[in-house]
Amino acid sequence: MENLVNIFVKSIFIDNMVFAYFLGMCSYLAVSKTVKTSVGLGLAVVFVLGITVPVDYLLHNYVLREGALAWLSDDFKTVDLSFLSFIMFIAVIASMVQLVEMVVEKFAPALYSSLGIFLPLIAVNCAILGGSLFMQERDYNSIAEATTFGIGSGIGFFIAIIGIAAIREKIRYSDIPAPLRGLGITFIITGLMGLAFMSFMGIKL
Amino acid sequence: MSEKEPLFSPKNRKLIFNPLSKENPITVQVLGICSALAVTVKMKPAFVMALSVMAVLALANVIVSLLRNTIPNRIRIIVQLVIIALLVILVDQVLKAFVFDVSKQLSVFVGLIITNCIIMGRLEAFALANKPWPSFLDGIGNAAGYGLILMIVAFFRELFGSGSLFGFSVIPDAWYIKNGGFYENNGLMVLSPMALITVGVIIWIHRSRNRDLIEDK
Repeated sequence: MENLVNIFVKSIFIDNMVFAYFLGMCSYLAVSKTVKTSVGLGLAVVFVLGITVPVDYLLHNYVLREGALAWLSDDFKTVDLSFLSFIMFIAVIASMVQLVEMVVEKFAPALYSSLGIFLPLIAVNCAILGGSLFMQERDYNSIAEATTFGIGSGIGFFIAIIGIAAIREKIRYSDIPAPLRGLGITFIITGLMGLAFMSFMGIKL
Repeated sequence: MSEKEPLFSPKNRKLIFNPLSKENPITVQVLGICSALAVTVKMKPAFVMALSVMAVLALANVIVSLLRNTIPNRIRIIVQLVIIALLVILVDQVLKAFVFDVSKQLSVFVGLIITNCIIMGRLEAFALANKPWPSFLDGIGNAAGYGLILMIVAFFRELFGSGSLFGFSVIPDAWYIKNGGFYENNGLMVLSPMALITVGVIIWIHRSRNRDLIEDK
């Protein structure tokens, strides 16, 4: 349990998707003009990461990694399919996003209308694929750890995008040097937010 | 089509050179930021990354452009993803075989070329509507524009952060404080937030030189 809390806090604050690894930057910059839309995107990312990371974890451990197919028969003990992981992960993500979209549309129309347009966009968000690839690289021990990592990273992205959207709403009427307006100042603010987040480094539960 | 267009007609040349500055994928089109920032601590990985993106983007552009009349419109995204993923797997295997240490440094970011928006963006915006040769040039041009920014950011970060360029130290050893000099590397430049601020400053300079790129209020 302690371990899970540790992974959770670490993935939100220390290994923050946006500030430490720059993942999901494209949608982060494009959608952060208002707080309302960024809440929608942030929630969708938490949701999708929470589903795709555990699914990819199962795929990695029972199909792709070296010796993972041993449960099938002894002949497959030496098979290593990990070179296929990129294409498998992206296929899982694309199909999970599609599935999630259909389920949400059917059972929670209100949620669908607020997340709707962001779900397809998310299939090609680097934060999602990045989550799965980091899961693979860090070799989590159990599916619980992988799920915690997925949800934690999602929340990290959520916090980052809400923060920047709130700041961008505030600075709309500020007097920024013209060439810096828009994209430039967003980059610099993100950098400063990243510096602030670095103060979380070294937290260990 | 009575006369053939020369291979490097002015129109085609524009495809290569425009993305270097006026339509730069990173500073103007805002594509492919994610990977651009993470690999720029040192120049060598940045260079390898730029080459990988160039290979993937140019080839993907050509393939999609060849298939553009056969791909059904409704499933085009998934077709594009499969083509890109295939090329990225090839690049990843080549990197692992020939430059293993760089491949370790780039870690997940080679895989993330798949979801690099620069590739999807160019496929959607250009390759789906153009012939293979212009698409190839467009791929090369955009990847070069991307690589250019990568190299500029990596240049400053490695020079000030580690005092070296491409792994060769350029600051004389005697200058360092520990050797009785006056100089110390700026540890902040190696950390991730400085990449963002460096790009921000590049955008600032770029836009103050090209005033028509300035965003409206």
